[in-house]
Amino acid sequence: MTVWIETANCNGCKRCIKTCPYGAVELREGKAYILEHCTSCGACVEVCREKAVLTDAEPRTIPDFSDRKGVWVFAEQRNGSLNRVSLELLGKAQSLAADLGQEVSAVLLGSQVSGLAKTLFGYGADNVYLAQHRALKDYRTIAYTKVFEELVKEFKPNILLMGATHVGRDLGPRVSRRVGAGLTADCTELSIDPEEGILLQTRPAFGGNVMATIANRYSRPQMATVRPGIMEAVRKKNNRGNLIKCRVSLTEKEIGTKVLEAVRETRGKVNLAEAKVIVAGGRGVGSEAGMKALFSLAKAFGGEVAGTRIIVEEGWLPVERQVGQTGQSVRPEIYIACGISGAIQHRAGIMGSRYIIAINKDPGAPIFKVADWGIVGDLHQVVPEMTRAVSQSMGK
Amino acid sequence: MNIIVLVKQVPDTTEVKLDPKTGNLMREGIDSIINPDDRHALEAAVNLKETKGGKITVLSMGPPQAVDAVSEALAMGADRGILLSDAAFAGADTWATSYTLGRAIKKIGRYDLILCGRQAIDGDTAQIGPQVADYLDLPQVSYVYHIEKVNRKSMVVKRRLEDGFERVRAAMPALLTVIGELNLPRYPHVGRLIDACREKAPIEVWNAADIGVETREVGLEGSLTHVIKTFAPKAQREGEIIEGDVKESVRILTGKLKENRLI
Ligand SMILES: Cc1cc2nc3c(=O)[nH]c(=O)nc-3n(C[C@H](O)[C@H](O)[C@H](O)COP(=O)(O)OP(=O)(O)OC[C@H]3O[C@@H](n4cnc5c(N)ncnc54)[C@H](O)[C@@H]3O)c2cc1C
Ligand SMILES: Nc1ncnc2c1ncn2[C@@H]1O[C@H](COP(=O)(O)O)[C@@H](O)[C@H]1O
Repeated sequence: MTVWIETANCNGCKRCIKTCPYGAVELREGKAYILEHCTSCGACVEVCREKAVLTDAEPRTIPDFSDRKGVWVFAEQRNGSLNRVSLELLGKAQSLAADLGQEVSAVLLGSQVSGLAKTLFGYGADNVYLAQHRALKDYRTIAYTKVFEELVKEFKPNILLMGATHVGRDLGPRVSRRVGAGLTADCTELSIDPEEGILLQTRPAFGGNVMATIANRYSRPQMATVRPGIMEAVRKKNNRGNLIKCRVSLTEKEIGTKVLEAVRETRGKVNLAEAKVIVAGGRGVGSEAGMKALFSLAKAFGGEVAGTRIIVEEGWLPVERQVGQTGQSVRPEIYIACGISGAIQHRAGIMGSRYIIAINKDPGAPIFKVADWGIVGDLHQVVPEMTRAVSQSMGK
Repeated sequence: MNIIVLVKQVPDTTEVKLDPKTGNLMREGIDSIINPDDRHALEAAVNLKETKGGKITVLSMGPPQAVDAVSEALAMGADRGILLSDAAFAGADTWATSYTLGRAIKKIGRYDLILCGRQAIDGDTAQIGPQVADYLDLPQVSYVYHIEKVNRKSMVVKRRLEDGFERVRAAMPALLTVIGELNLPRYPHVGRLIDACREKAPIEVWNAADIGVETREVGLEGSLTHVIKTFAPKAQREGEIIEGDVKESVRILTGKLKENRLI
């Protein structure tokens, strides 16, 4: 397929230029012009209102999906405890379902896990589909995929969300292929398009340098994995839902894998996802010894310490304390960035914070652009002073 | 043991910059590299070949210049390279990509193991491996960081979890997606690199007809998801900046925190 410009129709509005994910369209003599490195992705075709961007691709008809209903969330559990991201997704699912006038359902797989259904109702599930089987005790790709395949075929959901965890990112693509549905990875924002009623899925692309909004028009369910720590879990008090028990038949042979051993490493468990206050350090902290002051400030707040990738690469903090695109996303009440420049990949992980405070000696540092309050100064002086001030007022 | 390695050529995203005026990506002058995770997959394949014997086929889908990635893979120790290149493949999402790669793998035929990177740094989806595995009906293990044992019928590997690891036995043939922790990739061998760039190099280029797919099944037309908008991430907030004496600045800040009942 190719894309070209019908110059007679082009009014030079630049919509196609702004949309091109590859920077492959420019304005020449007032008209759009397609550059050599165009990949024919077609993003420009869709946004042009003048019918000036043409393609030889045949227009596709959107199938009738009116029988597809409900927003589903995969309730990820391990050893009988739910992954927090599933509750966050139920929070988002409640608002998506409200926009659509549809119901929220959780899909719970495992062995002896029915007790978790209550929690799922409490966080907004109208229905819980429960499949229990010995073979579902440990997460295994093919076993879980098969159950999802059967449930999707029978109950025809409209939307299916999973956490972008190591399990969700293993299962999601497998299920998408199996049920013939498109899947968008690692979304940071979800909403319903008011006109078309479809799910708009926004995610960072090109190492966080651009955001892309993706639609899934031609298949159902509309599937997305969502980063942990981005959506908000919302309690729904006294919610009573339906528990729908599903029968499954599975054999070891078809599953193909066996978990021989599952080991939790107690690498000093940190829980950034649930921390109310996070004091984060960047290269500006200067040394491992310099981190001490940050730990003191975190202690004064009763919070946790985190850092940028550089800090982790330097070995000043362990990797599970890295925040950002390749680290964790966090959403504390207060995020205090000390000696952090605010690179896009770091910012990607902190935008869910309620308040951001930046301490940096360079007034031009990009972190100030996303901060609610910023102090321009040397963190080695500011941080201890803050610790004193905070301890004092918390002490009272 | 016959191994197929899926290798993608990607722009070095650490160098990607946005045009401050238009907000577009500036791609000029950015190097293309073998996707970092895929190098670890290649290293694992060469390692296995060295101990178990067999043949390594590298498979890549991309524009004609992606042949460079295939040549580099040969220089690391692969035996045969296949580049899937056709205008019809352009604009593919993971659904269409996994279908295209899957069809090519069926054409390649016999294999014991397929290795992929966990994720590509341009798309960051980590979806291709599992989708290819499902298309081919193979067991998969993702996030592999250690290959413990490989027999004719099964293998034992370790996979990373957020808070630990799992040891998993998988029946073969299987597909693994691997992470950087697995090994230290070797450098391409210079002599082999020169050979791999010669005309006689064992590299084939296949188009849509070669793998027997219709153009409407692949590329943008065969995709189920579509980008409808891209934009530069917004810097929201932009709050109050406090400058001057340290004590005074901190006093002002704690005042704000109290005002908002944060302390
Ligand atoms: C694909 C990809 C993924 C990435 N993922 C992540 C990720 O997940 N998380 C992440 O954090 N990064 C990530 N990065 C790296 C990111 O691009 C930046 O390199 C990194 O975040 C910068 O860290 P920094 O702010 O600590 O260091 P720098 O950018 O070096 O900034 C240091 C700051 O400290 C200030 N400073 C110095 N001394 C003092 C002082 N005494 N007092 C006060 N201020 C001082 C300086 O003015 C400067 O602004 C990723 C990059 C890529 C390409
Ligand atoms: N176009 C492609 N050609 C060959 N292999 C690919 C291609 N795209 C993805 N892969 C493989 O799939 C892995 C995951 O890619 P992704 O799902 O795009 O993050 C990569 O590390 C590669 O091993």
